[in-house]
Amino acid sequence: MIHEWLLDGSLALLILTLAVAVLYVRSLYASIVLFIAFGLLLALIWARLGAPDLALAEAAIGAGLTGTLLLAALGRTPVSQRAEPAFSGARQYVRSGPAVVLSLLIFWILLQAVLPLPEQSSAVVRAAEQHLDAAGVAHPVTAVLLNFRAWDTLLELLVLLLAFMAVRQLLPSLPRAPEAWPLLLGWSCLLAPLIILIGGYLLWRGSSDPGGAFQAGALLAAGAILLRLTDLLPAMGWHHAWVRLLVLGGCAFFLLVGLFTHWLGAGFLAYPEGWAGPLIILIEVAATLSIAITLTLLVIGETREVRG
Amino acid sequence: MTAWLDLVLTLLSWSLLLCGAFFFIAGTVGLLRFPDIYCRLHAVTKADTLGLGLLLPGLALQADSPDRLGTLLLVWLLVMGSGATACQMLARYARETEAPVDDP
Repeated sequence: MIHEWLLDGSLALLILTLAVAVLYVRSLYASIVLFIAFGLLLALIWARLGAPDLALAEAAIGAGLTGTLLLAALGRTPVSQRAEPAFSGARQYVRSGPAVVLSLLIFWILLQAVLPLPEQSSAVVRAAEQHLDAAGVAHPVTAVLLNFRAWDTLLELLVLLLAFMAVRQLLPSLPRAPEAWPLLLGWSCLLAPLIILIGGYLLWRGSSDPGGAFQAGALLAAGAILLRLTDLLPAMGWHHAWVRLLVLGGCAFFLLVGLFTHWLGAGFLAYPEGWAGPLIILIEVAATLSIAITLTLLVIGETREVRG
Repeated sequence: MTAWLDLVLTLLSWSLLLCGAFFFIAGTVGLLRFPDIYCRLHAVTKADTLGLGLLLPGLALQADSPDRLGTLLLVWLLVMGSGATACQMLARYARETEAPVDDP
């Protein structure tokens, strides 16, 4: 009992300390590194709270990919344009006053939402558990994400696609990475098959246990970025037909399934009986590939852009 | 007989875990106190190698199934590999960008 409190207490203290450090540390680079540590700790806390799905997503996307994106953004910013945050004087505190009040307000609202959770099992949870048999997958989180609330996931994929399109307009390109050193090359070659294996495993496992398209996609993207940075993968960009096909494939297949089920008369994204399992797996495969390629391109940018 | 064996295994496991924790703490102190990047890398990688190398056998002695052992082995190999690679990259980057250290 006491050691559980010790662990939880130190996790809570650490995450608050890290949060403050991320905001107030002097150099942007240190701030990003601390943010990655913050994400990993947050993943640990989710795991501790018994939410392995969120823990996986947080570790892969929140800490890993967001951290990489931030580092890539920092790498693209010329040193002269990096405005280091300067905190001085009383004006800083005056300006942060409203933010503090707003944060406290949001904290209060969240507390109101979270506190009743352990006592009452909500109607939504009961409804999800009742219909789990017909969902086509055994894991309740996947059932909610890809069957009961498939709409939300489709919209998430569309948001990702929109973000990718917006980034493309800015035509970012990573400065050419220096020649990779032999040890990194060797280690990347060893890691690559393992990442593909674990990515596939996460995707497959999503139907019965924590895991799924976003986690698998993020992991595959991480592998692709590593291989691209070490020049083991050829350049990829929007001008490649297969890249376009895979990026658009996730949303397109999801929408096609929706239209098809609508045409069958079951309603938009309401799977016909017995079809739910295979359809969910197919959507997840398309979504995983789409997420992986999109995230990879978001980080490494277009290596050869056709400029008009 | 089995009770005696259990006791020995538990004691062995806990002493390994405590030794591992000691190396992690020593590595952290080294990271905070050592003067330059090479000394710090030295401290941190020792913590990774020896600390984890002692923690994992300690945990393995308490493992109740073979796949747990496999997971621990995989964790050990991956951390060793990435730790060695990251250390080499950091040291080499520091050596190529910063002013050379004075050789005695």
